[in-house]
Amino acid sequence: MSDQLSITQDSFGSILARAFRSRSFVIGFILTAIVALMAGISFFWTPYDVTKLIVSDRMQPPSAAHWFGTDHFGRDNFSMIMVGARNSIAVALVAVGIGMGLGVPLGCWAAACGGWIDETLMRFNDLVFAFPALLSAVMITAIFGPGAINAIIAIGIFNIPVFARVARGGALSIWPREFILAARASGKGPMLITIEHVLPNIANLLLVQGTIQFALGILAEAGLSYVGLGAQPPMPSWGRMLFDAQTRMVVAPYLALFPGFAIVLTVLGLNLLGDGLSDTLDPKLRRQR
Amino acid sequence: MSLLEIEGLDLSIGDSRILKGVDLSVAPGEVMGLVGESGSGKSMTALTLMRLLPEAARVSGRVTFSGIDILAADEARMCALRGDDIGMVFQEPMTALNPVKSIGEQVAEGIRWHTGANRADAEARAKTILDRVGLPESRFPLSRYPHELSGGQRQRVVIAIACALKPKLLIADEPTTALDVMLQAQILELLRDLVDENRMGLLLISHDLAVVADMADRITIMRSGEVMEAGETARTLSEQLHPYTRQLALASMHVPERSKVHAANGPNLLEVQQLTRDYPSRRVSLFTPGEPTRAVDHVSFSMHAGQSMALVGRSGCGKSTLARMILALDRPTSGDISFRGMSLAGKSESELRVARRDMQVVFQDPYGSFDPRHRVERLVSEPLHLLYKRPTPTERREMVARALHEVGLGADDMHKYPHEFSGGQRQRISIARALITRPKLIIADEPVSALDVSIRAQILDLFAELNQRLGVAYLFITHDLTVARAITDDVMVMHEGKIVESGRTADVLDNPRSQAAKELVAAAPDLHRAIVRRLREEG
Repeated sequence: MSDQLSITQDSFGSILARAFRSRSFVIGFILTAIVALMAGISFFWTPYDVTKLIVSDRMQPPSAAHWFGTDHFGRDNFSMIMVGARNSIAVALVAVGIGMGLGVPLGCWAAACGGWIDETLMRFNDLVFAFPALLSAVMITAIFGPGAINAIIAIGIFNIPVFARVARGGALSIWPREFILAARASGKGPMLITIEHVLPNIANLLLVQGTIQFALGILAEAGLSYVGLGAQPPMPSWGRMLFDAQTRMVVAPYLALFPGFAIVLTVLGLNLLGDGLSDTLDPKLRRQR
Repeated sequence: MSLLEIEGLDLSIGDSRILKGVDLSVAPGEVMGLVGESGSGKSMTALTLMRLLPEAARVSGRVTFSGIDILAADEARMCALRGDDIGMVFQEPMTALNPVKSIGEQVAEGIRWHTGANRADAEARAKTILDRVGLPESRFPLSRYPHELSGGQRQRVVIAIACALKPKLLIADEPTTALDVMLQAQILELLRDLVDENRMGLLLISHDLAVVADMADRITIMRSGEVMEAGETARTLSEQLHPYTRQLALASMHVPERSKVHAANGPNLLEVQQLTRDYPSRRVSLFTPGEPTRAVDHVSFSMHAGQSMALVGRSGCGKSTLARMILALDRPTSGDISFRGMSLAGKSESELRVARRDMQVVFQDPYGSFDPRHRVERLVSEPLHLLYKRPTPTERREMVARALHEVGLGADDMHKYPHEFSGGQRQRISIARALITRPKLIIADEPVSALDVSIRAQILDLFAELNQRLGVAYLFITHDLTVARAITDDVMVMHEGKIVESGRTADVLDNPRSQAAKELVAAAPDLHRAIVRRLREEG
């Protein structure tokens, strides 16, 4: 086990070095890093306290004191975006975690067994897929009450079939390969083969799907918050900020602009990151670079 | 006056020169064989004629095709030439056809495009040409899709598309490499007939000297982008003036030296009795299951320790299914396999460990048989999983180093990834992986058919040497009789799931008695026979 780790570690560095030669990866990485950094800093420090309402400072346009202006309660927009980033990332990350943690084993299991197990799992998958994800999330949060935790669960559940399908598709293309036969001739069972051969070979697919689902998770969280089913006040969130800004669009367009940009740039950054990763992760392309 | 004239063709991509001053000509009604090992520039030459080169390629020299300067012609001119005056047949019939279009549409497409014929006329012509290539409409309607045809039938469709407009020149790039010997013989005969009928020039590209010797009037031998030797086939191949020609011819007919024949003593290593495997076929309806297909039909044979046995037959005759069952990767429907006295049928994976340790496998495709994400050390040590006592990392490294040494690779190769090796080296790694547990039996499924002739000779030598030195028994599964002849003591001929003939390799292949074996021997290309026949024809 220990030397298995050392193998992944020493190649991890080289993968990263290669990734930084890809333009889309670098741009995506910078955008994502900025958002992550903002979220990280917000734990210790924000320019203003987002829970304190200073009504005398309300509806300030962007200035040196308030970089992104203030909202109708006099809260600092920049601070709110920082804390909102934390919220968005947490929701999306846990949702992707749920999706991967349950979806990938299910998909690999379906691919390894085949037959009726595969059929049952995948038809159930289709069933979950058939519901429009956001609408069902609205349903779940409406039943169990709005809040960040329920939003996470709702988004996470709809990530499961996505990952299950990607994992199964990838695994199915690996199983008929001759090196799997060779592994079976070496007496390895389906479980061990999945861990040793299938997962490393579909890891790039999963990673890329992961960044895409992460971006979609951020969008979904913003959507849920927008309709009031995500994080509850006073916890700031990007979606809620957009909703609040909506009625004041004409007077203070900057209120909608900044959270809107935050969402767009984060999603763009994550998609570029995923793109760059999928380009670099394939060892077959390694020689050509 | 020649149809195609290539003079001093140079081609480079980036800094590497792919072709260096290639000269070649084809006359109408002539078959020109272009031979060389992989990477010699054969296919690049063909692509230059069609002007289908990659963007980055820079070309110089002169290519004249019936008075047209190909290298100077504009794209519109080339489009008119491609498929009309120059046809092309590719190696892989599985991917050369569009899977969502019927064969009739695909043949008619080129006819309509080039002649402006209406749909009905084009279809009528498509019908004629498909009939000509052996796919009569009564049995193969135009509405068939590629997946409904076998490999050989698909290659016929590809030839029909290429020949539909009676091109002046047909380029065939390894047209039979993906097919078994019987289909190969049929396709080659078809190509020869089409050449004679239409006085078409044929540029036949192949790595197989025997095929070219049989087909070509003249031959051009290439190596790393240069023409080594060119001339009349029979003379060139019998005189072998150029050292590389001699080297190629020797490698094609290479027979490894095997002095010691392991005699049968003690109990049999492997015994197969009445082995049968049925596969369920597609359901007729929801409630009626289809008639099962019998892939292996009551096969019985035995092997003793150190024996080298060939299993030959056409593709789809059940060879690989039989091999999988012996390796316990597939369960027999009925019958029994016993290996070193232990029956394999109905055993659980943990009970099979003992047998698996003494029985390993080498696959055909040196590219597909390794996990691209593991290093050689991990790949070669995979079967060590079967040992009772897991070796320590140091022991493991030593065992891998020894296995690599045995197949002629260095210990420092274990830190590389498989894509850093050539095809021949990978097949060596594959053999190292099979050897590491010191097995008594290695099952090799077409182990050399994806390799160039010179590499093939080396790998056959390696197999023979390991058999002599370590006493490993082999079961070689192959459709190539040259390989069977070169390296095995005994041979079994398989046909439609049954073993129809078996005996000493030389006896069976020189005097086949069963119909299937006779056909197989007749269809197998043989360099010696081809040269002798050509020399006799010329007098």
